Amino acid sequence: MKVKNIEQFGEQLYYDTLDNGLDVFLLPRNEMEKTYGIFSTKYGSIDQTFTPLGKDEYTTVPDGIAHFLEHKMFEKEEGDIFQQFTKQGASVNAYTSFTRTSYLFSSTENVDENVETLLNFVQEPYFTEETVEKEKGIIAQEIKMYDDQPDWRLFFGMIGTMYQNHPVKIDIAGTVDSIQKITKDDLYTCYETFYHPSNMILFVTGNFEPEAMMKNIKQNQDKKTFRPADEINRKFPDEPTQVAEKEKEIRMPISISKCLVGIKEDPSQLTKENIPKLKLVTQMVYDFLFSKSGAYYEELYQEGLIEEQFDYEIHIEQNFSFSFVGGDTKSPKKLSDKLQSMLLKLKDEEWTEESFERMKRKKLGDLIRRLNSLEGTANHFIDFYQLDLDYFDIYQTLDDMTKDEFESIVKQWISEDRLSTCYVVPES
Amino acid sequence: MAELMEHKESLNGYQLHLVPTRKFKTNALVIRFLAPLQRETATNRALLPFVLQKGTKDYPSERVLRTKLDELYGADLNIDCAKKGENHIISVRITFVNEKFLNQEDSLMDELLGLVQQILFEPNLDGGSFKNEVVEKEKETLRQKIESIKDQKMSYTNMRLIDEMCKGEPYETHVHGYIDDLDKINGENLYQTYLSMLNEDKLDVYLLGDIDVEESKQVIEKYLTFDRTEKHQPTIVENSKEKKDYEEVTEAQKIQQGKLHMGFRTNTTFKDSNYFTMQVFNGLFGGFPHSKLFVNVREKHQLAYYASSRFESHKGLLLVFSGIAPEAYDKAKNIIIEQFEDMKKGNFTDKEVEETKKLTIHQLKETFDHPVGIVEVMYHQVLANRSLTPSEMFEGIKKVKKEDLITFANQIQLDTIYFLTSEGDQK
Repeated sequence: MKVKNIEQFGEQLYYDTLDNGLDVFLLPRNEMEKTYGIFSTKYGSIDQTFTPLGKDEYTTVPDGIAHFLEHKMFEKEEGDIFQQFTKQGASVNAYTSFTRTSYLFSSTENVDENVETLLNFVQEPYFTEETVEKEKGIIAQEIKMYDDQPDWRLFFGMIGTMYQNHPVKIDIAGTVDSIQKITKDDLYTCYETFYHPSNMILFVTGNFEPEAMMKNIKQNQDKKTFRPADEINRKFPDEPTQVAEKEKEIRMPISISKCLVGIKEDPSQLTKENIPKLKLVTQMVYDFLFSKSGAYYEELYQEGLIEEQFDYEIHIEQNFSFSFVGGDTKSPKKLSDKLQSMLLKLKDEEWTEESFERMKRKKLGDLIRRLNSLEGTANHFIDFYQLDLDYFDIYQTLDDMTKDEFESIVKQWISEDRLSTCYVVPES
Repeated sequence: MAELMEHKESLNGYQLHLVPTRKFKTNALVIRFLAPLQRETATNRALLPFVLQKGTKDYPSERVLRTKLDELYGADLNIDCAKKGENHIISVRITFVNEKFLNQEDSLMDELLGLVQQILFEPNLDGGSFKNEVVEKEKETLRQKIESIKDQKMSYTNMRLIDEMCKGEPYETHVHGYIDDLDKINGENLYQTYLSMLNEDKLDVYLLGDIDVEESKQVIEKYLTFDRTEKHQPTIVENSKEKKDYEEVTEAQKIQQGKLHMGFRTNTTFKDSNYFTMQVFNGLFGGFPHSKLFVNVREKHQLAYYASSRFESHKGLLLVFSGIAPEAYDKAKNIIIEQFEDMKKGNFTDKEVEETKKLTIHQLKETFDHPVGIVEVMYHQVLANRSLTPSEMFEGIKKVKKEDLITFANQIQLDTIYFLTSEGDQK
C-alpha cells in the first residue's frame, strides 16, 4: 500500500492495485461520522459498440443498457440488495453516466461489512429472463418522469444539436422502445466485458482505519477468481468537429421558454495533459462572465433576457466534450443571439492581471469547499482517474497557471461552427 | 468523533448559536428571521431576498457585491425564504473558506461579517424606500419564478395537494407568494416589510466551523448589533379536525406520467414525545428502499420508479409521492392504502423495526456531516422550543417499539389524495 500526502489539507491518500487489477483508494476523514464507498466501472451509456469478451467481432447493444444493467445488479436470487444494506445500517444507491456506472453506500456502522457487501453484490451478477422483463415497467416510468421535465429534454436536445453520430446524444436511460429489446444475454455480455476488476475503481472515504480497511478489501478479492484481464475494444463513430445542427426547437406544454447555447469542444484540445487546464479555464471563464458577479450576466439580466434560473454546465471527457450556458427566458431567440455573440468575441477579450487573480482565488475557494463533501471528493477523484489523472494535482495546476497560458486556451476555445442553440418553448 | 456542542448566547435582541467543529474546510454563518406564515405578508417577504441581494449602500449593484464576495475566495452568499410549519423564514447563509488553508494575512471572518452587516443594515435605498426600479425588476423575476412551478410537476402537485388539504389554515400559504399580490408591492411598502423583519422577527444567528467560542462571540457582537424588540415567536399549530373520509382531487394536463400524492394528518410535531415514532414510522412506511411503499409499489407491482413518503416536522403532515402511469391510478392508490392498513394492523416484524431505527439514526448522523445540515437540525429545536442533544435524539429513536408504531398508525388519518393525470385519462 502506498501513501500520498496532500500537504495543504493535512490529508493522506492510501492506494494500491490488487492482483486482479482493481485500483483501490482510501481517504480517511476521521472527523466525519460516516464512511462513503463507491465502486465504479469505466462503462457508461456511450459504450454501445465493442467486442464482447472472447470475441473478435464488434457488437452494438440497445440504447439504455448500461443503466438497465445498473438497475438489475440490485436483484439477487436470495432477494434484493437494499434489504442486505438495511440490515447492516447502510444506505445504498447507484447511477449511470455517459462514461461510468457507479455503486455506492454510506454507513456509520459495520463499515467493513458494508464495503464487502458493495464488492460482492457488484461482482455477483444474477439476471434471469423474468427479472429482466419485470424491470422494464419500472424503467419505463423513470423515462416518462424525465420526459415530463423540460430541463432534461433541453439537456439532451442541446447535445443532439452538437453531436451528429456520437452516442453521447442518446438518453442515458434509452427509450421506452429501446429497453424492450434488452435480454438477459445482452446484460451478461456487457457485464462480462466491462465489470472486470481491472476496469474498475474502489474509493472509500470517511471514518475508518486505512491499513485494516485495505487488508479487508484484499482478503475479499483474493477469495474470488477472475479471468485474466483482457483489453476492451470500444468503437465510436466518426464525429465531425462542427455541430450537427445550428438550432433546434422542442415544443412542450410548459409556461416559460428555455434556451441554451452550447460549445462543442475542439477534439484536438482534448489531450491528457491539456484536460485539467481546460476544465479549470472553462469553469473560470463561465463563472467570471456568467455568474452573478459577471459583466455578461449583469447585461443579460438588465436587458430582461434572463430570469432567476440561469446557469452553465461543463462536460469534459476524452472522446466528447461540450459546455453550455442559458436558462429560462422570455425572449429565446434574442437570448441565443446575444449569448452567441458574447461567446464569439471571447477570443479578443483583454484580461487584466487583477481579474485573472480574482478568478484564481475564487476557483481555489471552490476547490477547497469541495472537500467538505465525501461524495463530492470521491466523485471528482473518479472523474479524473478515468482520464488517467490525479485529482489532487488540481491545486498545483491552478497555482501554476499563468495568465499567458489562460489566455492562449481561451483564444482557441470557441469557433462559430462549434456553437449551437437549443430551445424548449410552449406549444401552440 | 466528538459530539457536536451548541453554545447558546442571548445577545441584545437575538439568540447566537456557536458550533465549533473541525469537520469542514469552511465556516458557515446562517442568519434566520422568523415571522408567522400568512398570505398578507407572504409575497412581500418572498420578494425581500431578491432585493437584498441586488446591492447595498457601499456595494450598490449585485455585480459589485458579488465581486467583493469573489475576492474573498469565493464566499458563497445565499438569501432565500422557506416555510417551516406555519412560520415564514428568511435565511441569509454565507459560507467561506477557513483561513488556515490560505496564505491570507487579514481575517476573512472580519471582512465577511463587515459585508453581512452591510447587507442587513445598509440596503441600497432611496430615502425611506427601496429603489423602485430595482423592486419592479425583481417583481418580474419573482413572477417568473412563481409561474415556473407549473412546469415542475412534482413541486406543482405537492403545492396543489397542500392547497386542497390545508384550505383555510395558515399552512396553505405559498412561500413564494402570489402573482395577484405583486401589483401592490412598491419600494416603500417593501421597505416597511424589511424594517419589520429586522426589528420584529424572531432572530437566530448560527456560526459553525473551526472557531473559538469566545473570539467568535466578540466578533459577531461587533458587527451584528441590534436595537430591536422581538415580537414574533414560532407558531403553535392547531390540531386538525376529525374528518369522516378522505377527499380525492384530480387534475388533467398534457403530461406523460401521472403524479399521485397523498396527504396524511399526524398531529405530531417536533415538540411531541412521539416525534421519534413518526420518524421511524415514515422510514418503514415509505422513507427507505426497504419500506413498504418501495417494496410493494415499485418492486412487487412495478407501477412506479419512485414511491416514497416524508413528513413535515412542524405541521405534522405525512406526504406520499409516486409517479405512475395514468391508467394505474386505482391500483396504485389501493396498494398504498393497503400498506397503510398493514401499518395499522402491525403487519411488520420487530426485526424490520430495529433495522429501520438503525437506518434512521444513520440518516441523522449523515446530516451531521454537512454544515447546513447541522444548522437545520439545530433550528428544529428553535421552532419547537425543545432542546435535544444529538445523543438524546439517537436515544429517542432507539426507544421506539413496534407497539408505538401501531398506536401512531392508528392516530393518523388520510386527508387528501391529489392526482395529476394526463388529458384523456381523466377519471
